[in-house]
Amino acid sequence: MLEIQNLSKVFNPGTINEKKAISHMNLVVNDGDFITILGSNGAGKSTLFNAIAGVFLADEGKIILDGENITFQPDHRRSKYIGRLFQDPLKGTAPHMTIEENLALAFLRAGHSTDSFSRISKKDHEMFKEKLRLLEMGLEDRMNTQVGTLSGGQRQALTLLMATIVPPKLLLLDEHTAALDPAAAEKIMKLTEEIVAANHTTCLMITHNLHQALKTGNRTLMMADGRIILDLKGEERESLTMEELLRRFREGAKEELDDDRILLSDH
Amino acid sequence: MLHIAQTALTLGCVYSLVALALFLSYRVLDIADLTTDGCFVFGMALSVSAAAAGHPLLGILMAVIGGGCAGYVTAFLQTRLGVPSILAGIVTNTGLYTVNLMAMGWSANVSLLKQTTIFTMARDMGIFGGWYQFAVVFAASALGMLFMRWFLRTRLGLSIRATGDNLDMVSASSINPKFTIAVGLILANCFTGLCGGLVGQMQKSADINAGTGIVVIGLASLIIGETVISGRKSIGRNILACLVGNIIYRFIYALILQTRILPIECLKLMTAVIVALAIAAPTIRANLATKARERKESAL
Repeated sequence: MLEIQNLSKVFNPGTINEKKAISHMNLVVNDGDFITILGSNGAGKSTLFNAIAGVFLADEGKIILDGENITFQPDHRRSKYIGRLFQDPLKGTAPHMTIEENLALAFLRAGHSTDSFSRISKKDHEMFKEKLRLLEMGLEDRMNTQVGTLSGGQRQALTLLMATIVPPKLLLLDEHTAALDPAAAEKIMKLTEEIVAANHTTCLMITHNLHQALKTGNRTLMMADGRIILDLKGEERESLTMEELLRRFREGAKEELDDDRILLSDH
Repeated sequence: MLHIAQTALTLGCVYSLVALALFLSYRVLDIADLTTDGCFVFGMALSVSAAAAGHPLLGILMAVIGGGCAGYVTAFLQTRLGVPSILAGIVTNTGLYTVNLMAMGWSANVSLLKQTTIFTMARDMGIFGGWYQFAVVFAASALGMLFMRWFLRTRLGLSIRATGDNLDMVSASSINPKFTIAVGLILANCFTGLCGGLVGQMQKSADINAGTGIVVIGLASLIIGETVISGRKSIGRNILACLVGNIIYRFIYALILQTRILPIECLKLMTAVIVALAIAAPTIRANLATKARERKESAL
C-alpha cells in the first residue's frame, strides 16, 4: 500500500547543526494496517510523516503509495488522498469560518468534483449534519458557529471528521490527542478507532503512550535515530507486556548513546 | 443638501468597489496589497483612453482585465519569486506608473469632452432623471457585492478564505496556497480596476496622480463600515460594510467640503489618522485595560 524505500533526510547539512532525521529507512505498510509509532523526541517520527505528506523533498529514496511513485509530488496534491492530524488542534481548522464551511472545504476539495465554483447543496448540508451527529458533541446544531469558538477537543474532532469525510487512502495521526484533556483525548481516540474501522483506512499513528501503542491497531514500530529499531506484529505483539516494551524502549534509546560513545572514542 | 447627499451616495457606491477589493486582499487573504493605488489609475487610464477613442463599454472591460493583470504581477512576484507581499505590491505599483503614462499616450492626464461614456449612455436612456450617475455606480456596486457574496461560498472562495485564515491547515489540505493567493489578488485588483474605470468616465478625465491614498481611504471606509454595522460576524455583513462605510466616509467628506470645518487640504491627514486609530484600537484598548487593572490592584 505504502512503500518507503531507502529514505533519508538530513537537516542543515554541512553545518554544526547537521541532523540526520531519517537515515536509509525502509518500510512496507499493508492495506488496512493500523500502525502505532513509538520513539523518543528527535527519533524522526514527525519527519517521517512530513516526508510522506510531502512537506519537504527527501534527500534520498522513494515513497510509493498504491503503486504510484509520489516522491516528487507537491504536498497539496498528496493531501487529496493522505489525511493528516496534528498535535495542535488549532492547526487543522479555519477559525473564522463556520463548522459547515470547514466541512464543506474538506468535502468539496477531496471529492471528485473538479468544479471550482461548486457550492454546499442541501444534500451536502444534511450529510454534514449526519456526520456531525456521530461525534456526539452537539455540533450538528451549531453548524453556523465559527470554529474559533469551539474547544480544543471539539476542534480536533472536527479536524478528524474533515480528514475522513472523504475516506483517504492513508491517515497520518501525529500525536493527535496529546494536547487534549484526558476525557477529550479518550473521546477522540474512540472516534478515531471507529472511523478508521468503518472505512478500513490504512493509518499511521505517532504516540508517546506505550499502553495506547500496544492496545491500538495491529502493528507497532519503534523508531530511534531516524531508523526503525523494532517492528512488532502478530503474536509477538500480542504477547508483549508493557514492562517488556518499556525495557526494549530504553534499550533502543541506550543503543544510540552507546553508538555515540563509540563514535566519539574513535575521534 | 440633496445635492450633497446625491454626491455622497454616488461616490460611496463607486468607491465601495475598492473597499470590496481591500476586503478580499486585506481581510480575507490577510495581505496588505499595495498594488491598489497604481491599479486604480491603470483602470482609469485604460477606461478613459478607450472612451476617448469611442469605446466606453470596452473601456470598462479593459479596466477590469487590466486591474486583474496588475494583480497577477503582484501575485507572481509574491508566490513564485518569493518577494515579500508588501514589497511585491510596491514594486508593481512603481512599475505601473510608467505603464499608466503609456496607457494615457505618454501624458499625465486625458480628458473626455463630448465623447460618450457609460454615464452619458445612462443619461440618454432618460429613465433615471438626475440620478443617472448614481444608477450606474449603484448597479456596479450591487453586482460587485452580490458576486463577492456568491464567490466566497464556492469551493474556490472557501479555499481562499481558508488560506488567509489558517495557512497550516491549507498546506495540509489539498489547497495550493500559491494558486488561491493569486486568484484572490487578481480578483481584488479587478475590482480596483473597475472602480478606477468608472471614476474616470464619471469625472471625464484620468490623471496620473488620481490614485494617491486610495488604499488608505478604502481601508478607512472598510473599518468605518465594520464598526457601524458590527461586521466581521458574517460574510454578508462584511460585504455590506464596504458600502455602508464608504457612504459614511463620503458624507463626512462632503460635510467638511461644505462647511469648511477643516481646510480640505487636511483631509488626507485626517483619513490617515482615522485608519491608524481604527487599526490600532484593539491594541490601545488592551493596553489601557492592563494599565487600569494595574492601578486598581496597586491601590488596594
